[in-house]
Amino acid sequence: MIASSKFASAKSDHAQTRDDRASRSSTAGGTIDTVSPTFRLGAVSDEAEKKTPLYDEHVRLGAKVIPFGGWLMPVQYTSIREEHLAVRSAVGVFDISHMGELVATGAQAGEWLNTMLTNNIAKLDVGTGQYTFLLNDDAGIIDDLIVYRLEEQKYLLVVNASRIEEDFAWLQSHLARDVQLENESDRYAGLAIQGPRVGELFQALFGDSVEMPARNHIARFSLGDDKMGARKDVPPEGLATASPVSGSSVALLIARTGYTGEDGIEVFFAAEDATRVWQEILAKGDSLGIHPCGLGARDTLRLEMCYPLNGSDLSPAHNPLEAGLGFFVDLTKSKFTGRDKLIRVKEDGAAHRLTPFKMVGKGPPPRPHYRVFRDGNDIGEVTSGTLSPSLGYGVGMAYLATPVPKAGEEIEIEVRGQKFPAVIEKKPLYKKS
Amino acid sequence: MNVPEDLLYTESHEWIRRDGDTIRVGITDHAQAELTDVVYVELPKVGASHDVKSTIAVVESVKAASDIYAPAKGTVLEVNKSLESDPALINTDPYGEGWIYVLKVDDASQLEGLKDAAAYSASLGQ
Repeated sequence: MIASSKFASAKSDHAQTRDDRASRSSTAGGTIDTVSPTFRLGAVSDEAEKKTPLYDEHVRLGAKVIPFGGWLMPVQYTSIREEHLAVRSAVGVFDISHMGELVATGAQAGEWLNTMLTNNIAKLDVGTGQYTFLLNDDAGIIDDLIVYRLEEQKYLLVVNASRIEEDFAWLQSHLARDVQLENESDRYAGLAIQGPRVGELFQALFGDSVEMPARNHIARFSLGDDKMGARKDVPPEGLATASPVSGSSVALLIARTGYTGEDGIEVFFAAEDATRVWQEILAKGDSLGIHPCGLGARDTLRLEMCYPLNGSDLSPAHNPLEAGLGFFVDLTKSKFTGRDKLIRVKEDGAAHRLTPFKMVGKGPPPRPHYRVFRDGNDIGEVTSGTLSPSLGYGVGMAYLATPVPKAGEEIEIEVRGQKFPAVIEKKPLYKKS
Repeated sequence: MNVPEDLLYTESHEWIRRDGDTIRVGITDHAQAELTDVVYVELPKVGASHDVKSTIAVVESVKAASDIYAPAKGTVLEVNKSLESDPALINTDPYGEGWIYVLKVDDASQLEGLKDAAAYSASLGQ
């Protein structure tokens, strides 16, 4: 099993290089070799990968399963391209149960989180969320995450699967008095439902009179046997109460967020309800053309939008300003981890900048770790790359030495010793027509 | 999975159609199904010589690039130019229109270790 066995034998946090190909091909007993897997594995130790509550559903649907961030996850069910295009044109559902849920509570929780995260939590009303970064003291990125204010004194952090333990340990070690931090990741399952027909699916699930939360808002709903008694009126009570509301209905937290560039929602609920919610969504979405979608499509969709992937585009070696994500950093806050360094970076200018590009003419798709050249000089390294299913050509993002070339200017990407032409692009790479 | 009786196979999921000391090579139905969505093929150069088990071509899907190794030492006689404009031929017709290259083999004894259809099928667990 060419690709899947390669992924299965990979244990590194970094893209596989030629050095470790020998061991990988011997594991597979074959020689068609995966040179550069799109999916870097998160902080995977030697212990066995975890399964989400939907693992059996994925296998039943014929998904190819790979280890990712310490989890066994579906990379695709039918084809990355097909699943990708389903999200762009109809609707797709992704298992995001591997992602982590950390919950901070207490009278000082908001104030404390504001010293740990880059965006400004003071701007969050109850029932809203924001994209933000968790940095180390040198402003290197530990994780990118969404923080939701569920109640006055209760916050939910949805973090990357491979960073759950690290985030939790870092936050614990900096915990303020009178703030409680819980890692509730194992108790909860999650689905992302993304695509232009998500509104129709939402109505099929909850009835015509119930509206989706507004963009970046989160609210509590209930999914029952009869026509959903959606509890839009109920304020978000937090995940701690997201256990079955009664014998026949399921409590859900639904946020109007996503990682695809399409309209969409992310749904969180108790792990034991996962199969039921998954099957209900696939059944109600059938007439809308819903596709179950794997990590492959998730990666190509996010890359077309230039949304960064932690472990590829983001790492402790880079700060949010280099990643071009200063919008999610509030330097007017008087104190947060990494602030001093970011102020110096802002004054001196970042040394590198994460920059989108596209390939020109016939050529191989770009891949992580390919070198980037301009006028014969090495100016940086690709961190994400693929053939864009929506656009039909190769696209990617690379950290380039500043000053980076302007949009439209030519660069070259080195692939297996040969240079191929590319041009600098603006974010996003894919613009909806 | 389709495993034609009249071909030879490598452990690395290439098929070989042998005609004396000339071989036509592609990847198997199983291999294309695993790779899915082939988006780019790096073909060898006609006239180039390759050692046994050296990388002779690269097949790229959306998710990854995979090396194709020469099953024997030889010289490239012909390459499938159609794959430059339509790499998905490897998915739609792996044993026909999706062939990758033709090699003139220096030492035909290097082909003796190849699997027949029954042995290859068995290796797939079929």
